Amino acid sequence: MSKQKLVLIGNGMAGVRAVEEVLQLAPDQFDITIFGSEPYPNYNRIELSKVLQGDTEIHDITLNSWQWYEDNNIKLYPGETVLKIDKDKQIVRTDKGREAAYDKLIIATGSLPFMLPLPGADKEGVTAFRDIKDCEKMIECSNHYKKAVVIGGGLLGLEAARGLLNLGMEVDVVHLADYLMERQLDQTAGKMLQKELEKQGMNFLLEKQSEEIIGTDRVEGLKFNDGHQIEADLIVMAVGIRPNVSLAKESGIPVNRGIIVNDYLETEVPNIYAVGECAEHREMVYGLVAPLYQQGKEMAKQICSIEGDGYQGSVLSTQLKVSGVDVFSTGKINEDEHTKSLKLFDDWNGTYKKVLVDKGKITGAVLFGDTSDGNRLLSLINNGAAIEEYTESERSENSGADLISSMPDEEIICGCNGVTKGTIVEAINSQGLATVEQVKGCTNASRSCGGCKSLVSDLLEHTLGDDYTQNEKESICTCTTLSRDEVIEEIKLKGLTHTREVMNVLGWKSEEGCSKCKPALNYYLGMLKPTEYEDEKESRFVNERLHANIQNDGTYSVVPRMYGGVTNAEDLRKIADVADKYEVKMIKVTGGQRLDLLGVKKQDLPDIWSELDMPSGSAYAKGLRTVKTCVGADFCRFGTQDSIGLGIKMEKKFEGLNTPHKVKMSVSACPRNCAEGSVKDVGVVGLDGEFEIYVGGNGGTHMRKAELLYKVKTEEEVLAVTAAFLQYYRESANYLERTSAWVERVGLDQIRSVLDEKQTFLELNARMDEALSVVQDPWKEAIEDNRLLRELYQNVKVPAGTN
Amino acid sequence: MEKLLSKVFVSRLEDLPEKLGKTVIIGELELAVFKLEEGKVRAIENRCPHKGGVLAEGMVSGEHVFCPMHDWKISTRSGKVQEPDTGCVQTYETEVKNNEVYVIVPGK
Ligand SMILES: Cc1cc2nc3c(=O)[nH]c(=O)nc-3n(C[C@H](O)[C@H](O)[C@H](O)COP(=O)(O)OP(=O)(O)OC[C@H]3O[C@@H](n4cnc5c(N)ncnc54)[C@H](O)[C@@H]3O)c2cc1C
Ligand code: FES
Repeated sequence: MSKQKLVLIGNGMAGVRAVEEVLQLAPDQFDITIFGSEPYPNYNRIELSKVLQGDTEIHDITLNSWQWYEDNNIKLYPGETVLKIDKDKQIVRTDKGREAAYDKLIIATGSLPFMLPLPGADKEGVTAFRDIKDCEKMIECSNHYKKAVVIGGGLLGLEAARGLLNLGMEVDVVHLADYLMERQLDQTAGKMLQKELEKQGMNFLLEKQSEEIIGTDRVEGLKFNDGHQIEADLIVMAVGIRPNVSLAKESGIPVNRGIIVNDYLETEVPNIYAVGECAEHREMVYGLVAPLYQQGKEMAKQICSIEGDGYQGSVLSTQLKVSGVDVFSTGKINEDEHTKSLKLFDDWNGTYKKVLVDKGKITGAVLFGDTSDGNRLLSLINNGAAIEEYTESERSENSGADLISSMPDEEIICGCNGVTKGTIVEAINSQGLATVEQVKGCTNASRSCGGCKSLVSDLLEHTLGDDYTQNEKESICTCTTLSRDEVIEEIKLKGLTHTREVMNVLGWKSEEGCSKCKPALNYYLGMLKPTEYEDEKESRFVNERLHANIQNDGTYSVVPRMYGGVTNAEDLRKIADVADKYEVKMIKVTGGQRLDLLGVKKQDLPDIWSELDMPSGSAYAKGLRTVKTCVGADFCRFGTQDSIGLGIKMEKKFEGLNTPHKVKMSVSACPRNCAEGSVKDVGVVGLDGEFEIYVGGNGGTHMRKAELLYKVKTEEEVLAVTAAFLQYYRESANYLERTSAWVERVGLDQIRSVLDEKQTFLELNARMDEALSVVQDPWKEAIEDNRLLRELYQNVKVPAGTN
Repeated sequence: MEKLLSKVFVSRLEDLPEKLGKTVIIGELELAVFKLEEGKVRAIENRCPHKGGVLAEGMVSGEHVFCPMHDWKISTRSGKVQEPDTGCVQTYETEVKNNEVYVIVPGK
C-alpha cells in the first residue's frame, strides 16, 4: 500500500510536535512534507527570552535538528511560505511555485504579533518580539543605541524589557492598565511585581496610551495622548498576538478569531486540520504551548485513526521567565460575588499567595515570591479538587526533597508538556536515566520553557539518592558527571598529572574527551601546578597552539606586543617591512590599541616573528590580552597620573599569564576614563593621589559595567591588588568564564572578603609570582625549536604524479 | 569508469605530531592527516563541510576531530559529521609500512 501524504504548513512548535506524535503512533503510515516561512529548523520560541537575556544562544534553542527531519524522512522546505490551499484538488501552493498534494493537511501557522497602528510605526527601530529575526534586531540595536521603550507590560513585554536591560540599554515599559500583567495577576501581585522589577532597573509608565512614534527615518521618541513624550531609540511592541488565519480564510476554511476546529482539531473542510495558536476550539484561542501540545496529541490520534476522547480545552497557567522574580498564576484570578479566597501576604519576605474557591472547589491561584505550589494547584484545579485537599495537605515550606516526596504521582512536573511525577520516576527507573538532559530526551519534561528544570533535578536526586551526582549543568562537559570543583579536588587528592590520566582515573565516558574538557583540564592542571605541568599542545585550540589567530579563510593574523599601546618608529618600520615582504593582506588597528597583520600564511608565521623580533601580543590567548592606556599626565591637560607608565608595568608583569578566559585591562589617568575601564576585566582609574580599581567589566556580548573593588594610593598597590584578584579568578572560575560572569556569580563582597584577609592576599600574590615565573615568549620559543617548527608550522607538499 | 589510484608517500611516522593533524597537499588535493593514539594514521579532506574550516588544525579526541572554526565534530574514520550537525568529508585510505606513511589517492 502506498503511503498517505501528510502536509504541515508552519514549521513551528505546535505543528512539529503534532508530527512527532503522529510519528510515534504510526511511524510508517505517512509521507510527510513540512513548509515553514522561517529559514530554521523548529526552534524553541519560548527561549527567545533567554537568548535576549543572554542565558543561551540562538543555535542552542533548536528543538528538532536538520538531522531529525532527515532521519524521519520528512521533506522540509524552510524559508518557503504556502500561499494557497486548493481544498478541492487537495493541493497546496508555495511562494516558490512549488505544489504539494495532500491526503491530510495540518495548518499550524501560529500567530502574528499585533502591531499598534500608530503614526510612525513603520519607522526603523520599531520591532515586535516573536521570532529569531526580532531577537537579532534587538541585540544588534543594543550595540549602537541606549534608550529602549517596551509597549506592553504583560509577560512578553516584561521578558523583553529584562533582556534589553541585560543588553545594557535603559528601559521604559509603557502600559495601558494601572498594574502589570493584569491578565494574569491581581492588583496586589501586580504591584509587588512592579516593585521588584523597579529594583532590577526597569522604569514604568502606567496608564499611558501611546499616540505617535516620532522621528525622521529612525524612531526618536514616543508621544502619549496626554501630550507627554519620551525619548526612544528602539520601540518594542508587545501588546498581544493575533491568530495567523489569512491563508485559511482566503482558501475558504471557516474562521472566527482563529480557524474553527472541533474536539478532534478538524476544520470544517474534510481532511484539513488546524492546531496551535492559529486554531480556535470552543471559542478559545490559546497562546501557550501546554494546551497546544495537548491539542497535537489528540489530533495525531484522529489522523492515525486511533480512537481518543478528543481535546476538551485547558486550564492555563503562566510563569514569568525573569530571573529573580517568581510569579505564577492559573485559572481564575479575580474575586467576584461567588468566590471566596484564601490569602497569605508576607510583606517582609515579599511573598503573596491567593487561592480562589468557588462552591468549595479551587478555581484559580496567584503566587508571588514562592511559586513552588504552582503545579500542584494546577493539578488540583484540573482534577476539580476541593479546597480541603490543598489546605489539609499544606506542605512544609522547604522545597526540594520534602516537596518532591510529598507529591502524588499524578502531579504535573512539566506544565508545558504535561509530564507527571509518575512518568518521570518511571522513566528514570526503567531506562536508567541519570541527568536532566536524559529525562528531557526521554519524557519531554523541561523541553519547552525550562521552568521545571530544578524540579526534575530534585526528582532525580529523590529517585536515585546518592547516585545522582549533581545536576548535569554543572558537569564540565558531557564526557563526565563531575563538576569543575570535584575534578579539581580529585586532581589534587590523587596527584593527577596529565589530561589523559584525569580522564582515565575519573572514569570519563569518552576515551579521549572532547573539545570542551580537554582544554579545560589542560588549564586546571597548569593552574594547580604551574612549575611542574607540561602544557599539552594537543589540548589547545588552534590559536593558542599556533600563537596566532586563525581567520575564516585559513590564514592567520599576527599582533606583536606593544606595551601600553605605545610604539616607536623602529617597530613601525619593521612592521611595514614585514607586511610588504610577506604580502600581508591588511594592517588594522585593534580595539586594544595594537596593530594586527591579517592574512598571513601559516608557513610564514615563524619567519615573520623572527624578522619582527618583538614579543607576541597574545591576541589569541586565554590570558592577558592588552592593557589599554590613555595619554596621561605627560601630555594630557586633565591627566593626574602616569597612566602609560603604569599600564606598561602591568602589561610587563602579567604578559603570558594563562587565565580561564581572556583578560583585558586598562589604565586611565582621570575619571574621564578614556581607556574605557568600565568595560574591562580590570580597569584602573587614576585620580589625584589615588587609584580606583574596577573589576568584572565586559564590553562584548554580555555587556557589564565594572564594579569598584578598591581604592589604593600607590602603583605598587595597584599591581598587588590586580595580582591577587587575577589569581583568585584563576583559582576559582570555571574554564571559559570571563571575569564579568565570575564576579557576578561569586559576588564582589565575597571577592573583597577574600582579598581583605592579609595572609590570603600575600599567598595569592605568591602563587601569582610562581605562575608568572615560568612564562616564556611563545614566538621566541617556537622559532628556536626545530621540532615545533616542523610539527606545527610546516605543511607536507607532494607534487601530483610522484610516488 | 575505472578509477586509477596511487599510493603517495607522505612522511615518516615519527615526523607526524602526536594526536594532531598535518596539512598534506598532493597536487590539487588538500588532506588532513592525523596521527591518533597508538600510531594509527587517518586521512580526510582538509575542508569542513560547514564553512570550509581547516580540519588539520582541529582538536583531536579519539577517532574524532573538532573543526577549529565552529567546533563541528567529524569522524576521521568515516568522514561523517556527528550530531547534531550533518554532512561528511571525503576519507582516504592510509598505509604505514616500515614507519613510512602513505595515503591512497585517486589519479596517477
Ligand atoms: C518571547 C516569547 C516567549 C514565550 N514564552 C512562553 C512561555 O514561557 N510559555 C509558553 O507556554 N509559551 C510561551 N510563548 C508562546 C509560545 O512560543 C507559542 O505559544 C508557540 O510557539 C505557538 O506555537 P505555534 O506552532 O502555534 O506557532 P509558531 O511557533 O509561531 O509557529 C508557526 C510557524 O508557522 C510559520 N508560518 C506561518 N504561516 C505560514 C505559511 N503560510 N507557510 C509556511 N509557514 C508559515 C511561521 O513562520 C512560524 O514559524 C512565548 C512566545 C514568545 C515569542
Ligand atoms: S567550518 Fe567547520 S565547524 Fe564551521
